[in-house]
Amino acid sequence: MPPIDTPAVPPDPTAAAGGRRPRRGKVTHFLGQNVGLVLALVMLVAAIVLYCAVYWAETQSLPGNFELTSTVNNTMPLVLAAIGQSFVVLTRGLDLSIGGTMDLANALAAVHIHDSPGSMVLWSVIVLAIGAGLGLVNGLLVGVGRLQPILATLATLSIYQGIAIKVLPQPGGSIPPVYTSVLVNPFQPYALLYVLLVALVWYAFRRSRIGVAIFAIGNDEQSARANGIDTVRARVTSFTLSGLFAGAAGLFLAATATAGDATTGNGFTLTSIVACVLGGMNLFGGRGSGIGVIAGAFVTTMIVNILFFSNIDPLYQSFYEGLFLVVAVVLSTAIGRFLRRSR
Amino acid sequence: MSEATQTAGGVVPPAVEGIRLAKAFGGVQAVDSATFSARPGEVHALVGENGAGKSTLIKLLGGRLRPDAGEVRAAGRKVELHGADDAHALGIWTVFQELTLLPWMTVAENLLIRREPRGRLGLIDRDRMVGEADRVLTWLGIDHIDPRALIEDLSLAQRQMVEIARVIIQDPSTLLLDEPTSSLGEKEVAWLFELIQGLRADGKCIIFTSHRWNEITSIADRITIFRNGAEVGTFTEIDEDRAVTLMTGRQLEAFYPQPPARAHDRAVLEVEELAGEGLRNASLTLHASEILGVGGLAGHGHRELFFSLFGAQAHSGRIVVDGRPARIRSPRDAARLGMALVPEDRKTEGLLLPLSVRANLTLAVLPAVSSLGLIGGARERGLAQGMVDALKIRTPGLGNPVRQLSGGNQQKVLLGRWLLADSRILLLYDVTRGVDVATKHEIYELMMRLAGEGRALLYYSSDAEELAHLCHRVLVMREGRIAAELSAPGITAEDIVTAAVRESRAAD
Ligand SMILES: Nc1ncnc2c1ncn2[C@@H]1O[C@H](COP(=O)(O)OP(=O)(O)O)[C@@H](O)[C@H]1O
Ligand SMILES: [Mg+2]
Repeated sequence: MPPIDTPAVPPDPTAAAGGRRPRRGKVTHFLGQNVGLVLALVMLVAAIVLYCAVYWAETQSLPGNFELTSTVNNTMPLVLAAIGQSFVVLTRGLDLSIGGTMDLANALAAVHIHDSPGSMVLWSVIVLAIGAGLGLVNGLLVGVGRLQPILATLATLSIYQGIAIKVLPQPGGSIPPVYTSVLVNPFQPYALLYVLLVALVWYAFRRSRIGVAIFAIGNDEQSARANGIDTVRARVTSFTLSGLFAGAAGLFLAATATAGDATTGNGFTLTSIVACVLGGMNLFGGRGSGIGVIAGAFVTTMIVNILFFSNIDPLYQSFYEGLFLVVAVVLSTAIGRFLRRSR
Repeated sequence: MSEATQTAGGVVPPAVEGIRLAKAFGGVQAVDSATFSARPGEVHALVGENGAGKSTLIKLLGGRLRPDAGEVRAAGRKVELHGADDAHALGIWTVFQELTLLPWMTVAENLLIRREPRGRLGLIDRDRMVGEADRVLTWLGIDHIDPRALIEDLSLAQRQMVEIARVIIQDPSTLLLDEPTSSLGEKEVAWLFELIQGLRADGKCIIFTSHRWNEITSIADRITIFRNGAEVGTFTEIDEDRAVTLMTGRQLEAFYPQPPARAHDRAVLEVEELAGEGLRNASLTLHASEILGVGGLAGHGHRELFFSLFGAQAHSGRIVVDGRPARIRSPRDAARLGMALVPEDRKTEGLLLPLSVRANLTLAVLPAVSSLGLIGGARERGLAQGMVDALKIRTPGLGNPVRQLSGGNQQKVLLGRWLLADSRILLLYDVTRGVDVATKHEIYELMMRLAGEGRALLYYSSDAEELAHLCHRVLVMREGRIAAELSAPGITAEDIVTAAVRESRAAD
């Protein structure tokens, strides 16, 4: 990789005389260019209002600290998985192995983490490193091996799941309560701090060299290359980041469940994609906001919560969940398209 | 670099040279032992037909492609360019024919990509980036482009200007511009040429390609003519006729063919009071065997007229096809009535670039060549091959993606598709724009043949010269209306321009 060019000295600005054309404001531009994000936030507010309404109808009171805490705690694994997914979606790919990576992280945590600070820190780091490593494998298959992302990660999904089952054949193991209370404190919504942290990570990513490269691939890979961007490296990095976040998601999943289960991660492959779509990520790459994806993850959880309070036969729960998600996805896509067009 | 530009003898070596360069794509020898050199302080035009290998040569010099044979020299020294970055390090910067902007990023992000100003923690400082981009745009005199706008929301001309600006701010010592003016209007070309003259005065070397002869002669110090992947010669003075002869390798006597005599007087398309966005009560009658030209100043409703007739734009008014009132609500309706549109912007309208020449040709007749829902093999191939031969479409094979064809040949594929569908009313919208001379000539001849077969052609061209020579009648549009009608023989380009301008004045 040749060295990055030294910054060009911009031409002398004082040479230009006369007034410039008036510009549209920063906020106007932002709203026009981030329809997906705005829509995701609106949807989140709508979901919260609806949730409060059904909660009120059921209990004649408003949700409080307990509901907030459990919602945030239950959403954390999805927030992390969806952000991981979004790195790959930005490059026009999909990472189907997220569920498998989460399973393995979950199983490793349940088997190895013991009630000592050393063990907790050490194994958290090891699990995150393994997650990143699994992502790296995906990245190499796609970036260097030139496999289709869906094919490569579908294959590794089964492999990672297989390893997870090997590590923890039956649900079991245990997560020390201290670990749980640090990650997903059951009494106070401290996990909101992690949400904030993820948002900050996204903020930094968006303004980093690798962030620009990953967005650029999704815009137009050939142009990105013509601009001197190392597209292979950027693609490999996107999968590695996805694996890293899936690993973190697995840790949070284990912490919420307080025990391990090498199969609960499965569903996250799909829901992480759903959260991306609800969050306004464009599946064709190059466009989208992690903040929207976080909102999308919360909307996904809220839909489940709303159904819970709507007295729906548990047998049909997942049917309605699916239905709700489809409606939400279709609506947000349609509204987004309409807004973009009328701009 | 200053030591390299002066050799011991005090002679200034060429800024960039290609020595016996060769490059093949599959079976196509795009550049074939080509030698080319350009000096500091000169504007060097590279001209030739589409497919002559100009873009490939530029990519070889710009580090985008590696030669199969031959060498590239910069400032007199042999260099190995492994990528655009290597060329950049030598001060060689390129604006490629197919733009390399990132569509969903802002103008500022594109201008400063990989050179973004960074703030704390090494993160990109977006506000400063916008500020810097704004200064650059202002300095270059294109501050009508908003640094916060997405590339996607810019016009083609604006995108081209951003692409040029992005390279200019790198302070190139050698600037390669591949067809920079093809999407620019007059004002923007003037802007670009002013920039180029400034760079030349600073001793930079500028190499550009163009199909517009008056542009070439107005700014180029030397002209190198390219044919079949190699240079034919380099000239300081050369007139257009001779240049065309050298480019095509043959004499183009009777450049404009005579329109055939009109055998019929049957009206096939009658339009009354067509109105809609950009159109105000345009009326016209088109006859079988007729080539009816439409001209006038750009932006006076031509595009709207063509797209309304083809059902691609909402409109009101009466349209009669073959004596029967017709309702054209969509391109499907139009196609069913035997109408066909060949637009100028072939990248975004009509062609499926990644698909094969064959698939693109037979798209409109798929039901006819398919059985049991399967797309037909031999029959489809036969039809496609027939069209490739009839229209002289230059393609390595039927299976090659249309993207690999040159512009004029892509136009022919689109035309061929409609001919296979047996369209009788052809709406040709600026089809020769950006097309090289030889292919242009073939398109003219083809138009004559189609009119001779009894088809009716409505033909808009931004080139008044073409209209004057090729049409039976020419309608001059102004502000969405038909402002004047001229009849052959004896139409001149001046007549058309005068009509457009005079009518403008009269109405004001
Ligand atoms: N990437 C490519 N793959 C296959 N063929 C190509 C490619 N690029 C150019 N060609 C072919 O090489 C020839 C020269 O093309 P090009 O250099 O673009 O010509 P020009 O710029 O003079 O129109 C053409 O026949 C074209 O079809
Ligand atoms: Mg070219």
